[in-house]
Order: sequence, then structure tokens, then C-alpha cells
Amino acid sequence: MTTLEQVRKRAEADAKTYGYYLTPQPDLLQGFLEGLKINEDRYGYPLCPCRLTSGKFEYDRDIICPCDYRDPDVAQYGACYCRLYINKAVYESKNLPEVPERRPLEKQARAYAPQVAAQLAPTQGAQEKPPTPAPATQQTATQQPEVKKKLWYCKQCGYVVYREDPPYVCPICKAKREMFAEINSRIEFNG
Amino acid sequence: MQFSKVSGKKYNHKVTVYALSTCVWCKLTKQFLNENDVEYEYIDVDLCNEEDKQKVRQTITSKGGSLSYPTTIVDGKVVITGFRKDKLKEALEI
Repeated sequence: MTTLEQVRKRAEADAKTYGYYLTPQPDLLQGFLEGLKINEDRYGYPLCPCRLTSGKFEYDRDIICPCDYRDPDVAQYGACYCRLYINKAVYESKNLPEVPERRPLEKQARAYAPQVAAQLAPTQGAQEKPPTPAPATQQTATQQPEVKKKLWYCKQCGYVVYREDPPYVCPICKAKREMFAEINSRIEFNG
Repeated sequence: MQFSKVSGKKYNHKVTVYALSTCVWCKLTKQFLNENDVEYEYIDVDLCNEEDKQKVRQTITSKGGSLSYPTTIVDGKVVITGFRKDKLKEALEI
């Protein structure tokens, strides 16, 4: 089992790598680290303590801390969604900014009954039917929020990643998401 | 859904907090209400079953809230996303 000290060391090391700071208030920091530890004990990976999770790795992939949204959030607001990771300016000002949720709604919806999550276009106030037990296999196929993984490569440094979306920032050369392109590969079996 | 009730001397508003058990800002919201002696109910959504999660989502989105936590709903009308002391004070008149 992961200890709180390991969670702290990991966060500190990660902040250092990226030139970030951890939130300066000791009680807040302690709370974040405890939340991460609880989630790691519960699900097997350090999920964001500030977000609702599905508990299914494939659906939660983007909100494993440090989440996909941290880098763009720190760049734009000076802090991540939780405000665990902050930049130097925020660290020095000691004023934590409000950070809105960047995670797309369709991904958030996966945390709520995955069977119907696919239907959740943001229809506000719509009366919702309880998740009916899937009648035919064909229907379920369209209803399941599918995680379609693809190969992406960074046009700047060649880094290749196999996941649903390309990263916001290339972890190797820090190129922006726009520098990523999909790799179309096809395997043919003959005989 | 099983809400936990916290009693307080200020009970002129119906306050519901949708929270996560792991979330610091949710804890601070509860703490703030405790300190101000406000009566409220809360539910830790991450500990709910699938059915209740659905209900929570329905409730929050039907009131125009976003699915962020904590979400505090005052008198079924005012939706406060995040731990916002100023907004809580205003809505609760404290």
C-alpha cells in the first residue's frame, strides 16, 4: 500500500520536473495528498480527489493525477483544477485562483452509470429514464461510451502515444496538442 | 438517497451539499457551515451507488449546476459550485 509520504514525494518530484509548486498551505496540501492516497487505495491508481470517478481505468485515464488538464490549467489559470499544482506567480501571491472544470462533459458523464453516459448530451432538465437493462446486444454497443484508442505522434519530436486523445502538451518536447497527428496503421492478415 | 443531516441553529434555509469524501474543498464547505452553525444535509457522491449517482446528476443539472464538487444548493434555487465563502454568505444571509 502506498504511504502518504510516497504520495507526497511523488507530487513534489513531479512539481519539480515541470517547474510547478505545490499549494503552500500545509492543511490544504495534506488534504489533497490524503485524498490521492484514499483513491489509490480504493481504485489502484491516484485519481483526482476533486472529481467523481467511475472506478474503471479506461474511463478514468484522463483524471489520474497529474491529470490531462493540469498543464493547460496551470498555463491558463496558474493552478490545476484541485489547486494542488500551482505556478510560481500563484505560489508567491498566495492567492489561489478559481479554476473551472476543463474536462469535457461527455467524459465527466462516464462517472455516472456508464450504460447511459453515452446519451448524455448536455440536455439539462430532461427527465431521465433509469438505466434499463440492455435488451439487445446491438443496442448496448451503441450506448456504451466507447473509449477508442488511437496512435498519436508528436510531429516535433516523434513521441508516440496510444490513447483516446493526444496530450495537451507533449511530455517530451512540450509541443502543443496541435503538433500531434494520428498515425493510421493497418495490419493485414493474409492466408 | 441517504443524506447525512447536520443540525445547526440557523435553519431558515434548506441547504444541501453534494460532496466527495476525498475532496478538500468539500470538507472546507462543510466546515464553513459547521462553524457558522448552519443546518444542512450532505451526501458524499463518490460513496453512492450507481442509481444514486444518476439521481445526483439529474438534480444538479436540472438546477443548472455543473457536475463539479462541492455543489451547494440553497432552498432548491441557488446553486453554488465550489467552495465560495462569499456566495455562501450571500445566499445564507450570514
